[in-house]
Amino acid sequence: MPQSAAPCHDILPVSGTAPLLSFAALACVRGDNLLWRGLSGEVGAGGAMRISGPNGSGKSSLLRVLAGLLPAAHGQVVRRAAIGLADERAALDSALPLAHALGFWARIYGKRASDVARALDALALTPLRDVPVAYLSTGQRRRAGLVRLLIADAPLWLLDEPTNGLDSQSIARLETIIAAHRTAGGAVIIATHLPIALAGAQEIALGAA
Amino acid sequence: MRAWRAILTADVARDLRSGNWWLPVAFFLLVALLFPFGVGPDVRLLAATGGGMVWVAALLATLLPLDQIFSRDAASGALDQYALHALSEEGLVLTKILSHLVSFGLPLFIAAIPAAALLGLGEARWGGLLCSLAIGLPGLSALGVTIAAVTLGQRSHGALSALLLLPLAVPILIFGAGSLSDAGQSAIYYLAACSLSALAIAPFAAGAALRAAREN
Repeated sequence: MPQSAAPCHDILPVSGTAPLLSFAALACVRGDNLLWRGLSGEVGAGGAMRISGPNGSGKSSLLRVLAGLLPAAHGQVVRRAAIGLADERAALDSALPLAHALGFWARIYGKRASDVARALDALALTPLRDVPVAYLSTGQRRRAGLVRLLIADAPLWLLDEPTNGLDSQSIARLETIIAAHRTAGGAVIIATHLPIALAGAQEIALGAA
Repeated sequence: MRAWRAILTADVARDLRSGNWWLPVAFFLLVALLFPFGVGPDVRLLAATGGGMVWVAALLATLLPLDQIFSRDAASGALDQYALHALSEEGLVLTKILSHLVSFGLPLFIAAIPAAALLGLGEARWGGLLCSLAIGLPGLSALGVTIAAVTLGQRSHGALSALLLLPLAVPILIFGAGSLSDAGQSAIYYLAACSLSALAIAPFAAGAALRAAREN
């Protein structure tokens, strides 16, 4: 009987040096396939975790299970911090100019226009603020999704293939942002099959499907 | 509260901007326009059946915008982000019912006056018709949003939603159209009861459907 996923409702208060997220004996079944099982680990403040594996090995499913969007077939996840997820969908209204589409999320998250401007600047998207989201390229839309993540200002980031479609300059910028986030006490879990600088990261390698 | 207001205004603005709101209205008026061609120009017959026809047209017009209510947000990933921000599915459903009501119910309500005129309903009966629509349209919105959540992620969900919604809307249709007859005083109470039940059940039914769609 899979547990029902209840994202963020089961956040426990931070006590001392408790990890932001810990999980034990996780297993995931998609359709009739057992994608992975017996996964355990934890991420504390300033920590990082890299999930690697070939296509179809269940990297994205693991992120969704950790986020609480997908129930695990077995095992449990304890979340002690708000979670920000950036996957291949930027969650932006494609008809709106970039700054307006991001402004919607700023209102949801209770942030100001200045937070949007700062986040846009961090990913060098300020020149595109008046361009409709539909006209952005793959990499630009990816960066726009990361801007939304910055605005959300959650301590724990879950990034699904964040470097997909990014040019080398943007990757360097992302690495700087991640490092700053960890220095400020945040944590990051990245699912990727591409190289990305992540000092002192724990590794979880998922097998082939 | 802040988040719900942001979602509501963004949804209504999107419907106004994209011009989605006038398609159901145009459809509604066209049905009212075509009906006299079908049954002939007998004024008495039209006046007797016109009120029921307005209700049938309103029900069919409600179907038109259903496929976009959740599918846009699901495709863009916004539904996942709402869940991560601990916005409850039930609250989201209520917000969507409200935005559906503002974007589509309100224009239909206003268009009911020219529709009633086209169908030869005397001015004396406009008040009753508008009253029954004001009570019934929120119920139709609630049913529509619920069906939109249930059919989220299904292929050819347009036809499926029609198939699912129409039987559920039968009580609202019966009491809505029935309230227009001379002995319709009690029907308006039943209409209100049906509409309120739909509004009360929708957040929980549609909320569960949204969670099931996400966990699939």
